[in-house]
Amino acid sequence: MLNRTAGLRDVMPHVISIRDFSRDEIDRILDRAAELEPIAHGGSSDLLAGRILATLFHEPSTRTRLSFDAAMKRLGGSVIDFGSIEGSAVSKGENLADTIAVVSGYADAIVLRHPKEGAARMASEFSRVPIINAGDGAGQHPTQTLLDLYTIRKESTLDRVKIAIVGDLKYGRTVHSLVYALSLYNAEIHLVSPDQLKVPESLTNDLSESGTRITETTDLDEVIDYVDVMYLTRIQKERFPDPNEYRTVAGSYRITEETLKRVKDDLIIMHPLPRVDEIDYGVDSSRHAVYFKQSFYGVPVRMAILSMVMGDGTAATGGW
Amino acid sequence: MKRELRVRRIKNGTVIDHIAAGHALNVLRILGIADGSTEVVSVVMNVSDQKKDIVKIEDWELAPDEVDKIALISPDAIINIIRDYEVVEKRKVVLPSQIVGVVRCMNPNCITNTDEPVKPRFVIRRGEGVELHCVYCGRVITDQIAEFLI
Ligand SMILES: [Zn+2]
Repeated sequence: MLNRTAGLRDVMPHVISIRDFSRDEIDRILDRAAELEPIAHGGSSDLLAGRILATLFHEPSTRTRLSFDAAMKRLGGSVIDFGSIEGSAVSKGENLADTIAVVSGYADAIVLRHPKEGAARMASEFSRVPIINAGDGAGQHPTQTLLDLYTIRKESTLDRVKIAIVGDLKYGRTVHSLVYALSLYNAEIHLVSPDQLKVPESLTNDLSESGTRITETTDLDEVIDYVDVMYLTRIQKERFPDPNEYRTVAGSYRITEETLKRVKDDLIIMHPLPRVDEIDYGVDSSRHAVYFKQSFYGVPVRMAILSMVMGDGTAATGGW
Repeated sequence: MKRELRVRRIKNGTVIDHIAAGHALNVLRILGIADGSTEVVSVVMNVSDQKKDIVKIEDWELAPDEVDKIALISPDAIINIIRDYEVVEKRKVVLPSQIVGVVRCMNPNCITNTDEPVKPRFVIRRGEGVELHCVYCGRVITDQIAEFLI
């Protein structure tokens, strides 16, 4: 999972895009996460004692940041950041390349969130330590994808999973990476969205060519009693010029206790959170709801990534 | 008698033939030949009815890595190296596997369209036509490559 498209001498195990990973490499991360999960449940370890992680968030994302923080501290390491953007060099106009060059002298790895697409890839070219992409604009967010895969593997079955991905499939950043990753596991993917929020054609073309079984529909009822996993995403009001249209569309994908009467016994419901009103609170206590577990799994998955990029030996030989 | 536009033969330099019609000036842009360059350049556009352009550059033998960039907009172009009025080398341009700093990314939110010290870089793939995949943001440029020449 080297940053293969970047400089040839770059053998650092960056985590930039899920597309840089083979299935084998993903499996190794998920296996490592499973080993470390007991520590995430209130334990501690000295695996990364003395190591320093820098979290550089050029736009807010409290959950992702807390999750990395928790992961690093559970492994005995410490975390530095530049506090609020105001007063830091960034607000004085320092560019990202310089920030990365400086901070990579202070830390053993850098978590970066940035509003521009491709920021993490560029950062990896200026960094002396591994870069972990925590979201770059509408681009990649690989640790989210990895924790989604971990959740499916843990709570259902990953190989040949039948999954419905529901909601905003056009702008939803997590969706494109997830769909790609699922194709590595021979998944049967059912994309459910209003016409104006369909997955870009380039992605569905790519996948059909790779032999992935994939369908598209606007009607959740078509697949609701068939799938093993229902992955819901936020439908944002701003995407609709007409508020009435938004209410109609969003309402048609809302999951309630009533909806659950028609689903398979072992269906799991996932959501990257925060939700708006895609899932009724009444659903939270059902056995199908795994979205809070899913967000918890972000900790062991990020523990695995941190320990692997900071050289616990599992990613030591020139990358992964 | 049929009248023909004649461009004089050059003694030494490079002749780029079979450029897709209308793209001669884009070829010069790709080669970095612009206002202020000192090379003697002649351009023939829409040659008779062959639907092609020709560019002649005097006293400059283009190196392969310079000329291959031309394949982005004109994959059938032919390069002739001229010495003392003779063609000493003739070959088709070859599509490179990567290009740096020739085309800008069409994604306005791409990190290469900021003040960061990074040049746009694309991996080139051949689909139905030429495809440029931005190494940074992943956006793909296909049929309108000439519009994004830097
Ligand atoms: Zn780009």
